[in-house]
Amino acid sequence: MKKIIMVVMILTLVAFIFTGCKSDDKVVLNVYNWGDYIDEDIFDTFEEETGIKINYETFATNEEMYTKIKKGGTQYDIAIPSDYMIEKMIKEDLLEKIDLTKIPNFVNIDSRFKGLAFDAENAYSVPYFWGTVGIIYNTNLIKTPVDSWGALWDTANSGEFTMIDSQRDSIMVALKKLGYSMNTKDLNELEAAKNALIEQKPLVLAYVGDNVKDMLISEEAAMAVVWSGEASAVIQEYDYFEYVLPKEGSNMWFDNVIIPKGAKNIDAAHQFIDFLCRGDIGFKNADYVGYATCNTETMKLLDPSLIGTTYAYPDEALLENFEIFSDPGDFIKEYDRIWTEIKAN
Amino acid sequence: MVTKILNKFYTVLIFGFLYAPIAVLAVFSFNDSKSTAKWEGFTLDWYQSLFQNSYIMKSLYYTVLVAVIAAIAATIIGTFAAFGIFYMKGWKQRAILNVNSIPILNPDIVTGISLMTLFVALNIELGLLTMIIAHITFCIPYVVLSVLPKFKQMPAEMLEAALDLGATPWVAFKKVIYPEIKPGIITGALIAFTLSIDDFVISFFNTGNGVSNLSIAIYSMARRGIKPEINALSTLMFLTVLILMLILNKRTKIEEI
Repeated sequence: MKKIIMVVMILTLVAFIFTGCKSDDKVVLNVYNWGDYIDEDIFDTFEEETGIKINYETFATNEEMYTKIKKGGTQYDIAIPSDYMIEKMIKEDLLEKIDLTKIPNFVNIDSRFKGLAFDAENAYSVPYFWGTVGIIYNTNLIKTPVDSWGALWDTANSGEFTMIDSQRDSIMVALKKLGYSMNTKDLNELEAAKNALIEQKPLVLAYVGDNVKDMLISEEAAMAVVWSGEASAVIQEYDYFEYVLPKEGSNMWFDNVIIPKGAKNIDAAHQFIDFLCRGDIGFKNADYVGYATCNTETMKLLDPSLIGTTYAYPDEALLENFEIFSDPGDFIKEYDRIWTEIKAN
Repeated sequence: MVTKILNKFYTVLIFGFLYAPIAVLAVFSFNDSKSTAKWEGFTLDWYQSLFQNSYIMKSLYYTVLVAVIAAIAATIIGTFAAFGIFYMKGWKQRAILNVNSIPILNPDIVTGISLMTLFVALNIELGLLTMIIAHITFCIPYVVLSVLPKFKQMPAEMLEAALDLGATPWVAFKKVIYPEIKPGIITGALIAFTLSIDDFVISFFNTGNGVSNLSIAIYSMARRGIKPEINALSTLMFLTVLILMLILNKRTKIEEI
């Protein structure tokens, strides 16, 4: 009995080791991305077309990705961080320059999303997906239409809604409601936002993370501050939800493709970025992930009913007061302090 | 009578607490919707897409591979360490035991980051090898702690007696000591295996080159929401363990007869 177990264990181990070590001379490209944020079938297409093998790894937050890249020890050829993190990584010289002449498909990227503040010349990053932060609500439960952040301070909605358990996103809501920039470095404005959030706190059902979708679907919450991607996932299954972009403005976010400093396969990385910018590949990703693509060729392939929805491809006029997060540098300490005071109150 | 009912109630309560979450998880793996909150009908789609999801399957492979290797290596190293520690005297033994407990009390993140810093300083590229080394490292103290009590229960003169009667040290270990401490070794190996499968923090910082285990894969899905595929996977893993336990129980019963 014991011997049989031992033999079986050793055999599985040997089998594992042998299947794990198929070595070949192919170029291997290490791709570091958010979990579940790409259609993995395109890796096979890429390998067939170029002979380059993709080694895929995932992270859950920008900060985790930053730590891994900054600490070194493992080299990635491609990563997909968000706007403010790209700004920070450029400042810290953690990114390779991207040679746009090697990326002919860059013309497919919507010119609205080129040259954004965090990387003004697209010298380091190429847009992948974008989205917004807004309010989603259940029209069966909330009868008065919502169009502003003010709804989250309305006592009629007391105990019905959730906020995002994320420092900058929640402070952004208060800053925008008060008419300030969400990238403010003015302490008085920040204090005002703090007081607004403390005043709002008795009305908030909870500060939540990724379980917000389940809370909405199970009707535990009737309204929530969410990222557009989450709103799109909920609305496509339950059409009685509505996603609104508050008129005071909100956060517009971008996830761009970058090449980290120290990447070994820079040419292959350029090939992969160009591949991602192709209309049909962009479509596969957009279709799988459900977020809004930055690619005009992909937009042509999409279901036309998506164009013009608030949660996927909103009308440009609605985005008038929207901003992109910038890296606050050392001022982040003030945000940290304000956030602690809000949470402790 | 009342105590009997209370007893039963208490048992039900305990098992309810332990198994209700798993039951909910299993039920929602058959839910015909991405939601894990609202029942929309029966489907086996998630099981199908689970086996087609190459990333999850690859992570499962790495998880099992690392857990098996780490458990075996940590058990061997830990058992011999316990052997040595038991035959140490006085302050030396206490000192070594304290050193052994520090990694257990240390937060995972400290262990994770310091191992990573070490690997980077030594210029070892992060990947499967570093992940295995890290797992072996944090499993060893637990093995030592589960094997050591078995040594203490054993009459201290056993080894000397065996050596007196002509056994070589290796034979003495194999024939005399090993049977005495076997339950401790098995417990240690199981703890090591479980800890390795469970670990997220240390694995995260010590992996690279496309190697990720299930905890990393699942955790990184958080931004887009955990998919019911993970429920399906967890259900299958739970069933596998359950069946293994049943088989083992039956075997031991037959052996006892």
